[in-house]
Amino acid sequence: MIKDMSYISMQGITKTFGKVIANQDVNLTVNSGEIHALLGENGAGKSTLMNMLSGIYTPDGGSIFIRGEEVKFTSPKDSINAGIGMIHQHFKLVDVLTAKENIILGQKTGLFLNQKALTAKIKEVSLKFGLDVDPDKKVYDMSIGEKQTLEILKVLYRGANILILDEPTAVLTPQETAKLFKIMSRMKDEGCAVIFISHKMNEVMEVADRITVLRKGNTIRTLDKINTSPKELTDLMVGRPVDLAIKRLEIDQQDIVLGVKDLRVLNEEKVEALKGLSFTLRSGEILGVAGIAGSGQKELCEAIAGLYPVKTGEITFKGDNLVGKSPKEIITKGISMSFIPEDRLGMGLVASMDMVDNLILKQYQSQKGWLIDRKPAAKKALELIDKLEIKTPGINHPIRDLSGGNIQKVLLGRELDSNPDLLITAYPVRGLDINASHMIYDLLNEEKQKGVAILFIAEDLDVLIELCDRIMVLCDGEITGIINAREATREKLGLLMVGEKLDKLEVENV
Amino acid sequence: MSLTISFLAAAVVAGTPLLFATLGAIVSEKAGHLNLGVEGMMLMGAVMGFQVALLTQNPFIALFAAMIAGAAGALIYALLTITLRANQVVSGLTLTIFGSGFSSFMGQRLVGQIAPDKIKAFFKPVAIPGLSDIPFLGPIFFRHDMFVYFGYIVAVLLGIYLYKTTIGLNLRAVGENPGAADAASINITKYKYIHVLLGGALCGLGGAYLSLVYVPAWQDYVTAGRGWIAVALVIFASWNPYKALIGSYLFGGLDIIGFRIQGTSLHVSQYLIDMLPYLVTIIVLVFVSMRNSRESQGPKALGTPYYREER
Amino acid sequence: MFKLIKRSKVSNRKTTGIKLIAILLALLTSAIFIMILDLNPLEVYLSMLNGAFGSGYRVNETIIKAIPLVIAALGISIAFRMQFWNIGGEGQIMMGAFSASFVALNFAQLPKPILLSLMIIAGVIGGGLWALIPAFLKAKWGTNETIVTLMMNYIAIKWVTYLQYGPWKDPKSMGFPKVTNFTDNAILPKLLGVHIGWIFALVLVVFIYIFMKHSKKGYEIAVLGESENTARYAGINIQKTIITAMILSGGLCGLVGMIQSSAINNTLSVELSAGVGFTAIIVAWLSALRAPVILIVSILFAALLQGGSFIQTAFGIPEAAALILQGMILFFVLGSEFFVRFKIVWNSESKSDKQEIIVGREAK
Repeated sequence: MIKDMSYISMQGITKTFGKVIANQDVNLTVNSGEIHALLGENGAGKSTLMNMLSGIYTPDGGSIFIRGEEVKFTSPKDSINAGIGMIHQHFKLVDVLTAKENIILGQKTGLFLNQKALTAKIKEVSLKFGLDVDPDKKVYDMSIGEKQTLEILKVLYRGANILILDEPTAVLTPQETAKLFKIMSRMKDEGCAVIFISHKMNEVMEVADRITVLRKGNTIRTLDKINTSPKELTDLMVGRPVDLAIKRLEIDQQDIVLGVKDLRVLNEEKVEALKGLSFTLRSGEILGVAGIAGSGQKELCEAIAGLYPVKTGEITFKGDNLVGKSPKEIITKGISMSFIPEDRLGMGLVASMDMVDNLILKQYQSQKGWLIDRKPAAKKALELIDKLEIKTPGINHPIRDLSGGNIQKVLLGRELDSNPDLLITAYPVRGLDINASHMIYDLLNEEKQKGVAILFIAEDLDVLIELCDRIMVLCDGEITGIINAREATREKLGLLMVGEKLDKLEVENV
Repeated sequence: MSLTISFLAAAVVAGTPLLFATLGAIVSEKAGHLNLGVEGMMLMGAVMGFQVALLTQNPFIALFAAMIAGAAGALIYALLTITLRANQVVSGLTLTIFGSGFSSFMGQRLVGQIAPDKIKAFFKPVAIPGLSDIPFLGPIFFRHDMFVYFGYIVAVLLGIYLYKTTIGLNLRAVGENPGAADAASINITKYKYIHVLLGGALCGLGGAYLSLVYVPAWQDYVTAGRGWIAVALVIFASWNPYKALIGSYLFGGLDIIGFRIQGTSLHVSQYLIDMLPYLVTIIVLVFVSMRNSRESQGPKALGTPYYREER
Repeated sequence: MFKLIKRSKVSNRKTTGIKLIAILLALLTSAIFIMILDLNPLEVYLSMLNGAFGSGYRVNETIIKAIPLVIAALGISIAFRMQFWNIGGEGQIMMGAFSASFVALNFAQLPKPILLSLMIIAGVIGGGLWALIPAFLKAKWGTNETIVTLMMNYIAIKWVTYLQYGPWKDPKSMGFPKVTNFTDNAILPKLLGVHIGWIFALVLVVFIYIFMKHSKKGYEIAVLGESENTARYAGINIQKTIITAMILSGGLCGLVGMIQSSAINNTLSVELSAGVGFTAIIVAWLSALRAPVILIVSILFAALLQGGSFIQTAFGIPEAAALILQGMILFFVLGSEFFVRFKIVWNSESKSDKQEIIVGREAK
């Protein structure tokens, strides 16, 4: 276990997809016993680079050296054999199998599944690295944190001593993140090389030894953590000095526009997904919604938008009762509400259609007759491309070919164009780079200025604290607290997210 | 032998071609490929099996030929859907059309011919000593031809293969989440090809049973839609080979019930009774879809092609 | 070794070009089999063309075969656009024929225009209702429509068989049971040598084209086909859309049943669908679900069928050969779609690095 031996050396790596250059001439060196952060915006090429280490992609140019020897991976198998274990952002687990079965997948362990020997070895590796996994639990019964631990166990079981974690904390609570960092330290102590992809500054500063910044497919610089600062890193990531601060507009308190009272909603398995939510939202206010994924955010948004059946409770919008109204009724009755869903291509837009056909998605119903006139929408499309700087080959091009940021702009453009009084937006900046994200925040502030009430579901706690007026935290279908954003901290929010209820709650009287 | 027992025994025989086709479809679908060409592959196996039987008089070579024919049809489908990522539904349907045409074409000069005596003799019913004397079950399951017994063996072997071996586990992963299987260094393409072809071979065997043992003469379109019932049976059996056994024999019974009722005092047209297998299939499917439990869903990646480099 | 690179944009011309190459390859491969049969492929193909278009009579026969394909394919394209795999064309044709025949046999005293109009309505309703059942099951419980529509085919065929051999059997038919012939006023008139079904077909091509491309319902069907969630989000009534689309789909097939029973068989017969329900699926797919293309492809397929039956008498090649040829053409076109979507880059080890970087730059 020689410390500081160059475990990984990637030199001059280039990779393209069709017309997009994902990585250009990228260099990366990682030593054993080191936690190395790969930092960059969404779309900078971090995942692509790591996918070449894990054998999923092959480089179009350049070389990779593992422990001093050049390697050419043509499949994940080669990578695994070289001792590399990748934990992907989207877990590669088979839901209907147990933890144990997922671990031994693809292994050469003889013809028949030998339960006892497997369980023993799994326990051994679990103890060594402090991982808590129930071998006989089915993956579809696991929480996200458990699934991630299982992924880590999987690669360690195969003897990996180079670990790559792709945006591991995206779906974790602050507490689970702390647990993960502890595991990573353990691995570092055991001499592993750990690469950790992120776009979150504070985590990188907390846990990394060295940091490589990527921007638009190029390596910008590699630095030691102790020699740098969040500001320097951000500037390197974006390419120019950046003011990361998000302004919070201060507006005088206005009328209540949305009232939710004791909302109860059953999910598909007839279990309560929302257990009696009550809150209000005013004009010109941004109410942020924080919570672990699956705490009820999706159900809340969809219930208000008429897309989820409500068991009991009230949803009042400017005096109108929304409960029981279908989305069509909401559109045709002129209820001025817009919902920007988390699933852009799967719900908010039609991926294979062009921009024009997507813009008419809701307004076509208000046209007279049984034919659709697309000319006004075509005009509107050109306007939106201009106003929001949407990069697209043309208005008659399928929108799935656009980048994530531009797809989101199309969606937002359409919804904001209808001048809603209530805007519900779920994870609007997920997958977007910093510039696009800040454009979205600016747009939201613009709407707030106009007096729009905004319900803003997000995962970045810092953004929530800076942008919102109040933050509502959901945990397991209940509101654990609604606090003034000016008094909120990450720690407070983290506690609320795992179910601790604050003694002091700032709850609006209905 | 009572009427019921003889009926049930006949149901087992009638269900055997269904069993092979269903098992073949299960194998293919576990790998993530919905092959609607079952009817076509059965027909190809039926005609090639029969032709080779006439030429060689050897049952083993004839059955082998049937397997090759079924697998050949599956190979076309495999090339299209695995390597060329074509739409599985349309590819399978085309295989059925092609297979029907192929079988009619090759069978032109075989129409009316009976299976060779050597073959018929080989597939004469054989009672298994001991087992065939069990009251009730004995006559129903253990006094049949070798092909039927072969069916039991294949079903059980497939069950063990899927649920108790590492290869079976890997296969299930390929059909559920090929991305996960790929990351676990399983060769997706190899697994898909092998199992789609294996599925075709089993379907070919099902067809050969009809032309060589069940009828046993060559008729144009000898499968008469059984291939489609097999596709439905896969869902009925929740992709489980053991349940496929039950389902196949059940539907075997439905298949012959029309003919049986003719002799009785019930004055129902044979054609109306002939609708039963199809009606029951629909009813069963509706129940399955109403149930909607996790385990009764098919492999999650069924019907979707796999691209490793997909962005 | 080679690599796959996804094409970012494909022109319509290139797509058509690739598909034509596929058809050519199919013809070449079939030519090989024709040679195995000891025949001259060129002679056979020319003979097929001759059989399809060689005389006024033959052209009419080709058109007669094309009409049911056009209308059925239009119907199936609507269902497919919604990603509803309607394999039940055969059954819907049969039930349309059954309903129309019911009217024809029981209301024979009505004047011709009224009787025919009633038969058309009955045919459309018959096929539409038959498609409604699987549509309802899918809408309500998500039941797999591929298998249900398939099973409904057999039920419909058995039903017609039952009628033909039983209650509707013509007592005067000796030997082979058949249903009583329609009276003259139940038979579609001809125009320009072919029954007026051709007018229906042309009108429907235009109508369905406008419907799918420019109407609200057509838009809703396309959105629903892409994503159920998006359809719900847009306020589209999913169940209503599925049912409307399927009534239309089945109704068009039912119309085919009416046309075939009235103009071709002049009676109800279990053979009248003649596999049109399945062939129409291929036609719809090959046409990429586009109405004008369906018209062209249907005529080509009809020529294939008509030519096929011609060469049966001329060369003794069984009619099943036409099925084989159809299958091969579709195999090749299915396979060709891959080349439309992807470009293959060949990678030779010796000049790997330079080659790869060139590829990378070119891709910009």
